[in-house]
Amino acid sequence: MDVWSSLMDGFATALTPMNFLYAVIGVILGTAVGVLPGLGPAMTVALLLPVTYALEPTSAFIMFAGIYYGGMYGGSTTSILLNTPGESSSVVTAIEGNKMAKAGRAAQALATAAIGSFVAGTIGTALLAVCAPIVVKFAVSLGAPSYFAIMVLALLAVTAVLGSSRLRGFASLSLGLAIGLVGMDSVTGQRRLTFGQPLLADGLDIVVVAVAIFAVGEALWVAAHLRRTPLHAIPVGQPWMGRSDWKRSWKPWLRGTAFGFPFGALPAGGAEIPTFLSYVTEKRLSKHPEEFGKGAIEGVAGPEAANNAAAAGTLTPMLALGLPTNATAAVMLAAFTSYGIQPGPQLFESQGPLVWALIASLFIGNLLLLIINLPLAPLWAKLLQLPRPYLYAGILFFATLGAYSVNLQAFDLVILLILGALGFMMRRFGLPVLPLVLGVILGPRIEGQLRKTLQLSAGDPAGLLGEPIAVGIYVIIAVILLWPFAFKLIRRNTPVAAASGAALATDADDAVHSNHNAVYSDHKEQP
Amino acid sequence: MTVVVGYVPTPEGEAALSQAITEARKNNSKLVLINSSKGEAAVDTRFAPEGGIQDIERRLAGEGIQYLIKRPVRGHDAAAEVLDAAEEHKAELIVIGLRRRTPVGKLIMGSTSQRILLEADCPVLAVKAG
Repeated sequence: MDVWSSLMDGFATALTPMNFLYAVIGVILGTAVGVLPGLGPAMTVALLLPVTYALEPTSAFIMFAGIYYGGMYGGSTTSILLNTPGESSSVVTAIEGNKMAKAGRAAQALATAAIGSFVAGTIGTALLAVCAPIVVKFAVSLGAPSYFAIMVLALLAVTAVLGSSRLRGFASLSLGLAIGLVGMDSVTGQRRLTFGQPLLADGLDIVVVAVAIFAVGEALWVAAHLRRTPLHAIPVGQPWMGRSDWKRSWKPWLRGTAFGFPFGALPAGGAEIPTFLSYVTEKRLSKHPEEFGKGAIEGVAGPEAANNAAAAGTLTPMLALGLPTNATAAVMLAAFTSYGIQPGPQLFESQGPLVWALIASLFIGNLLLLIINLPLAPLWAKLLQLPRPYLYAGILFFATLGAYSVNLQAFDLVILLILGALGFMMRRFGLPVLPLVLGVILGPRIEGQLRKTLQLSAGDPAGLLGEPIAVGIYVIIAVILLWPFAFKLIRRNTPVAAASGAALATDADDAVHSNHNAVYSDHKEQP
Repeated sequence: MTVVVGYVPTPEGEAALSQAITEARKNNSKLVLINSSKGEAAVDTRFAPEGGIQDIERRLAGEGIQYLIKRPVRGHDAAAEVLDAAEEHKAELIVIGLRRRTPVGKLIMGSTSQRILLEADCPVLAVKAG
């Protein structure tokens, strides 16, 4: 009953008027950025980081949690009404959701997405509350070699499994690790990659890096593709569902949750793979397979539940191990560090009240999101009429203000512009942003564990294999790295069976990829 | 000679289009339809959907008049696009739809119609919805 009483304490903290207000602000902001294509919760949290320095950490994290969940809700609205996924995790939702909307069932699609997100988010958060302490219990017994292995696994998995091109992923990861190296060596005090510039000795501030890559990079990218033939949002009234819609939705919701949470919790999870798996499963299990491709409600209910459950799942390694697996969690982790809170298994011990208030606020945020999303869906769709120049001018203003306010150094603005240009180039050449951000945030921590391991073993690399769990994880890493080659071999031997699965996987990849990189490039289907 | 009509998918826009067709048939002139967007927002309700434009095309073809449909998206506002087209096609007449607006609404929103009325070199016919 320890979890229960901690959680109730968390609710007490999260429901104080001030914290509740921040939860409301968070979910509203989150939904807004989720609806707008190109803006995401990661960028928003990065932009708000400097602004929230004045707040209590608890309030700030309650707001961030609202933004995180809100982004998941908002993304589905854009997917369904516009066929342009607001978030990469809503790509699959667009397949059936937009078909439903075109067939005049937009209201039902939005309703099943919102209610499914609520159900999955609530179950996911409950699982988070139960699982995280168990993971912590297990994690405190781990030593530096195992930590090092787990973090390497997370980095490699995010780089190699997600995204369309491994080469681009690894290029992005290397950039991130290089940026993370800048500054004073923690053990010897040597200066690395500072180019004789004393201002670089402390390293690059993670807030500046995140704001530059997410906000400035995206703003420059949008500015380069400013004018684009407008799309047509399908008009929608009040979302609602009939009896048959409920009947067809509830099972996909639960199955989607079952896919989403574990994948989110895995170091390489992310929300894209479970949404895709859920879609395929629903298609197979559906009593109306003929409706798939023409707007089947199961194809919206399942993936939407999956992406929200994955969002909750992602927070498990983030809170329990200090291991982020998506961009928003990475920026939230950076936020912990900038508040002087050490992330890792000791977090539940040292910051118990904060963590439980955060988890409680996820329950509250979920309910708030259901309340603001069901009746207000048409209003959110109106946000899409916002002219981009004003929007991105505002974002650049906040980005600059935020980057400057971190250290009150004009030098940081130079860094902001340089890294912003890097972010633009990455989008231009199709490099995923996530490995870079993870590299910057996890790089120094990985290095710390590596140095600790090597110090303990007096410089003997065999020390890295000193724990059985570490060895096991290296085996998994080897499998992940060798899998595509093995897959190629299998496919050569059995061309027919594997080809269909591969074709589906490539489709999903392409969709995610084009969403990341070409949200603002010309849309071929619209003249 | 040509008639230029500024079209938006609203009752005012439909009224302007109907009037423009009448005018074009009367003088046997070519009808130039302008439906533009600045292209700055993800969604622009004043930019007619593909289906709507096809309907209009069918209707114009059925009327047996010469026509040209232009849908420029290049960051200019609608007034500039209509005025541009009028100049380019040496328009004898511009037809636009007017919305009813309160003085305060007018003050806040600015007006495409006003700019066309003030800056056009040819007669402007302003019609109201049904």
